[in-house]
Amino acid sequence: MIIAALIFVFSIAAFLQFFIWHCRSILASSRRVELSDRVREVTGVQDGSFGAEDFGRLVQLVRLCPERGDDQGEIRAVGTYYSLLDFFGRVTRPAIPSVAAWAEQERVNCSYFAAVALDRRISYSRDLFTQQVADRL
Amino acid sequence: MLGPVDYSLWLIGFLLEASVVVCALYRRDFLKYLSLCTYMLCAALVNCGQFLCIEKFGFSSRQYLYCYYYTESILTIIMFCVIIQLYQHVFIEMNVSRYIRGAGAALLLATAFFSYAVVRENKDHLTSRFVVELGQNLHFCGVVLTYLLWGAILKLRETRTRLIQLVLALGVYFSATAGVYALRNLFPGLQPSFLRWVPPVIGAWLPMAWAYTFYKVPEDARLTTARLLARAR
Repeated sequence: MIIAALIFVFSIAAFLQFFIWHCRSILASSRRVELSDRVREVTGVQDGSFGAEDFGRLVQLVRLCPERGDDQGEIRAVGTYYSLLDFFGRVTRPAIPSVAAWAEQERVNCSYFAAVALDRRISYSRDLFTQQVADRL
Repeated sequence: MLGPVDYSLWLIGFLLEASVVVCALYRRDFLKYLSLCTYMLCAALVNCGQFLCIEKFGFSSRQYLYCYYYTESILTIIMFCVIIQLYQHVFIEMNVSRYIRGAGAALLLATAFFSYAVVRENKDHLTSRFVVELGQNLHFCGVVLTYLLWGAILKLRETRTRLIQLVLALGVYFSATAGVYALRNLFPGLQPSFLRWVPPVIGAWLPMAWAYTFYKVPEDARLTTARLLARAR
C-alpha cells in the first residue's frame, strides 16, 4: 500500500512536469517566429505584445480562417494547456503569487502561439485566394 | 459489455499507432527509430488481439483480464527497448551503447524480481495480483528511466527538438500510466467507473504525440532546453 501511494505521488508530480515541458516545447517553436504586419493589423496589437487574455479572441480569429489541415492538433493541445494554466493561476493566486505569475507568463506564450497560428492561416487564405484568381484567369 | 465509446477509443488508438509508423516511413526515419516503430506495430497488433479476445470471451472474462495485463507487460518490456534506443541517440557521441543495453536489461530483471518478491508475500491471489503489481512497477521504472534520460538531455544540452519531444511525450505516458496503476492498487473500487476510461485515453496520447512529432518536427529542428525550464521573470 505504501509503495503504491509513493508511486502514485511521484508519478503525478512527474506527469505534471513532463506535460508542462512538452507543451512548452511546442510553444517554444513559435517564439522565434516574427509576426507579420497583417496579424498586427487584424488583431489591433501593433507592437506584437499579446496579453494572456487575448488567447480566446485569437483562437476565434483562427477558426474564422480556412483550415490548413495540419495545425488543428497543436492548437487543441495548446488550448488544453491554456485552460490548465488558467485554472492553476486562479487556484494559486491568493496563496503562491510567484506560481500565478509564472502561469500568467505561460498564458502570454500561448497567446503568442495562437497569433503565429493566425498568421499562418492568413497567409494560407491569401495563397488560396491568389490561386483561385489565377485559375479564373 | 462494451459500448460505442469503448469501440471508438479502441479504433482511434489503433489508427494513431498505425499513423506513427506511416509518419516515420514518410519522413524516412523508420530505421533510425526502429525500436519505436516496432513498439507501435506491436501495440497495434496487441490492440487487435485484445479486440478478438473481447469478442470471443467477453470483457469481464478472466481470459481477457490476463490477456490485457500480460500483453501490456510485454509491451512495456518492448518499450524499455525504445527507451534504450533513445538513450543511445542521446549518448551517441560517447560510444556507451553496450553499457546502456546492459544497464537496461539489469534494471528490467531487477523490476521483475522485485514484483515477484512483493507478491510472494500474498500467495493466495498470486497471478491476478502479480500482473497488476508487475505493470505498476514496470511503468514506474519507465518513469524513472525517462526522468534520468531527460536529466541527461538537460545536462548534455541536447538541442534536437524531435528527440526532446519524443522523450517528453514518453514521460507523460509513463507517469500517467504508472499513476493509474498505483491508483488501481490503492482503490480497486474505482476500476469499473473512472479507471476504465483512463488507460485508453493515455494509450491514445503517446501515438498521437509521436505521430505529431514525426510529421511536424523536422529532424534538423533545434530547441534550447533551457528555454523549457526558464521561469517567468
